[in-house]
Amino acid sequence: MKWIAAAPLAALLVLLPSFAGDFYINLASQILIAAIFALSLNLLVGYGGMTSLGHASYLGVAAYISALLTSRYGFGHGLAAIISIGGTAAMAAFFGVIALRATGLGFLMITLALSQVLWGLAYRMSGVTNGDNGIAGLTRPMPFGLSLDSAASFYWFALIVTALAFFMMAIFVSSAFGSSLKGVRDQPRRMAALGFNPWMIRWITFIYAGFWGGVSGLLYVYYNKYIHPTSLSTTSSAEALLGVIAGGSGTLGGPVVGAALVLLLKNYASAYIERWNMLLGLVFLFIVLVMPTGIVPGLNKLATALRGGSR
Amino acid sequence: MQFWIIQGLNSLSLGGLLFLLSSGFSLIFGLMRLANLTHGAFFMLGTYFGATALRSFDGLNIWVTALGAGIAVAAIGGLFERLVLTRLKTNPLGQVLVTLGMSFIISDACLLLWGGDSIPVPTPRNLQAPTRVFGFVFPTYRLVLVGCAVATAIALYFLLERTRLGAMIRAGVDDRQMARAVGIPVSNLFTIVFCLGAGIAGAGGVLGGPILSAYPGLDADMLPLALIVVILGGIGSLLGAFIGSFIIGFIYTFGTTLFPELAYIILFLPMIFVIAFRPQGLFGRVGA
Amino acid sequence: MTRLTSDYALEVVNLKKAFGGLTVTHNISLAIKPGERRLIIGPNGAGKTTLFNQISGDLRPSAGAIRLFGTDVTFFTPYRRAHFGLSRTYQIITLFSGDTLEHNVTLGLLGLRPSRWQMWRPLSHYTDLATEARRTLDTVGLLHLAERPVSDIAYGEKRRVELAMALAQRPRVLLLDEPLAGLSNTERAQVKSLIASIPRETTVIMIEHDMDTALELAETVTLLNYGRVIVDGERDAVIADERTREVYLGA
Repeated sequence: MKWIAAAPLAALLVLLPSFAGDFYINLASQILIAAIFALSLNLLVGYGGMTSLGHASYLGVAAYISALLTSRYGFGHGLAAIISIGGTAAMAAFFGVIALRATGLGFLMITLALSQVLWGLAYRMSGVTNGDNGIAGLTRPMPFGLSLDSAASFYWFALIVTALAFFMMAIFVSSAFGSSLKGVRDQPRRMAALGFNPWMIRWITFIYAGFWGGVSGLLYVYYNKYIHPTSLSTTSSAEALLGVIAGGSGTLGGPVVGAALVLLLKNYASAYIERWNMLLGLVFLFIVLVMPTGIVPGLNKLATALRGGSR
Repeated sequence: MQFWIIQGLNSLSLGGLLFLLSSGFSLIFGLMRLANLTHGAFFMLGTYFGATALRSFDGLNIWVTALGAGIAVAAIGGLFERLVLTRLKTNPLGQVLVTLGMSFIISDACLLLWGGDSIPVPTPRNLQAPTRVFGFVFPTYRLVLVGCAVATAIALYFLLERTRLGAMIRAGVDDRQMARAVGIPVSNLFTIVFCLGAGIAGAGGVLGGPILSAYPGLDADMLPLALIVVILGGIGSLLGAFIGSFIIGFIYTFGTTLFPELAYIILFLPMIFVIAFRPQGLFGRVGA
Repeated sequence: MTRLTSDYALEVVNLKKAFGGLTVTHNISLAIKPGERRLIIGPNGAGKTTLFNQISGDLRPSAGAIRLFGTDVTFFTPYRRAHFGLSRTYQIITLFSGDTLEHNVTLGLLGLRPSRWQMWRPLSHYTDLATEARRTLDTVGLLHLAERPVSDIAYGEKRRVELAMALAQRPRVLLLDEPLAGLSNTERAQVKSLIASIPRETTVIMIEHDMDTALELAETVTLLNYGRVIVDGERDAVIADERTREVYLGA
């Protein structure tokens, strides 16, 4: 990791609220949430070689559980968070057993179908989820009694969580398990012959990715103080996938950059264009056709070339 | 009793529509190994074309409309396949992603062109009068839809089993490398099959109009159904798509009527069952 | 070493494998003693690799049984067999080409260790693994290339890395699928001396086409043709056997 470049960046991130207005601070918070979501998906896509189109399931389910427990059943935020994440991880374990019966395109189709089922449930079960109206009037937690209602305070909270997520995922991918995951991605037969259990490795990763997806879901619902079935939609999953692929799935930094770009695009584009989905579709086509490995690897190659190239 | 019969007929007609939707999807997946996520959008495009045509030109023949829309959608599909999909031969994941992107483009274009309100499609006048069978009254159009599905199934069967084109397609499905090696023009075949699949979906969309109406989100409602039909029936199997369509038609219709809130779970269950115990589907080939 | 529960390291009992209408393995039976050096030969299409795939668990036999040191492993998954002391190399190089040699061997070492499930510490923390990996590379004469990515090294060197990975696990039974294929003369000599130096605790079963080199390493030979065992026994006896001549010169 390039710690030299990281220090001024870290300083910039921490000090952001002191020189930026609320609008930009909130935008930064949204980028952090999207970053965790994309990073969690990248554990599956980039490191595990399992492309999922249903990752929004974990964001949405965690958000809905927290929303329902706090607004309807009077749970405190701390307990609600634990139950949300636990429930999301359990669901990931269940979905993983089903989805991992297949690989490649079969896996993709199953994750898509499963997330569509959840979306359909969120829409139809209005008694529980309030259907198309969504659940509004939610509150943010108060860790250690501190309020997160101001833009800056929420931002720092999200920054801490994102830093923690990034750090833990960095350890995960460089750990023995992470190495075995990459091995299974590249040569599953060889790994099995060496004594690794490919299915178990994939399943555990699936659950871990769902766990962090749930964490991003909690931040999402705290930030918006509102949850709606669109958070579970294929568009939501697709945006995360686009972020991962546009940024570069082989690295940790890639999804963060990609997620930031997708979010910024969405924000600025919606000021000028009404049809965000069409733009998203066109960007998908562009990225896949022109920059299939993503922006960060592209920049890396450029940096290596500029440095005189090593061969 | 009337309730069960009406729902039964609704199931059959939905099944028929699903077959028109998923037969193309299954063919494309079987031959090109491509999960065409644009398929729901192709269907919806047909529905919108049909809606505009049938509402603007009173008395326009629905079959002609279906044919016209089918050709239009096939052309769009063909352009997409030639300009985008062929460039991604070595990137199967990329292919799926661009079909997703294309589905977003089409669905937003429909929103742009036709607005956000649901557009009901008139049932063709000559098929509006109900049919009397054994003292029961059936909406004629729904019976006709089932007939369409059966006719399409038979036509596709003949195409695949009795024509040279069909033989080439089957060879490509079984073993792409070998087919190429014996001189079958596989990439042209891909374009033909993609157009065929898109076209049938588009035509199906027109025919589905009177029952479903054209509305934004129709593609998102239909695509998962196509996926479930193909997972259930087996990839690359026409018979599987046919039987799977009707099974899902029944499950979905009775499910939404009897347990509206749980309809998706009821659809979900056969899919889990199939994936857990018979991953190749009812009629699919292992390793598809 | 664990106590032997049977006289044989590997037993294959009436093994049969059919793909639809095509039977590739017809009632093959083998009994290989611990420490033996068995060579499996036969013309192309005789079903040698299919046999290996059934022994390693990559293919499920249609009928018959496979026993490792007396335990029936017929329904064990490949990774379970690895934990039982089975190791193999492949005809096609299946190394992790983007990673360094050291990383490849480290993965090989991790496969049987409980620490492979560790998620909370970077792999680099396990210095003993790194030391062992480098030592393993040294025994095959590739320590100087430890930091290079596998994609950068020569084909013969890749074969040696594969062998190193398989041996690093100190297997009880080692399956070598055409270890000498595609090698130059020098490379062949290097790999051959490597195989010859494998300790007796490891039973070695080898598929090879390169007769001269392979026969030097073999003690016993099994000749397969059309999925059946034709001749089976001590090396010199099999070479002299008429049926062997028939298979290679007759067809």
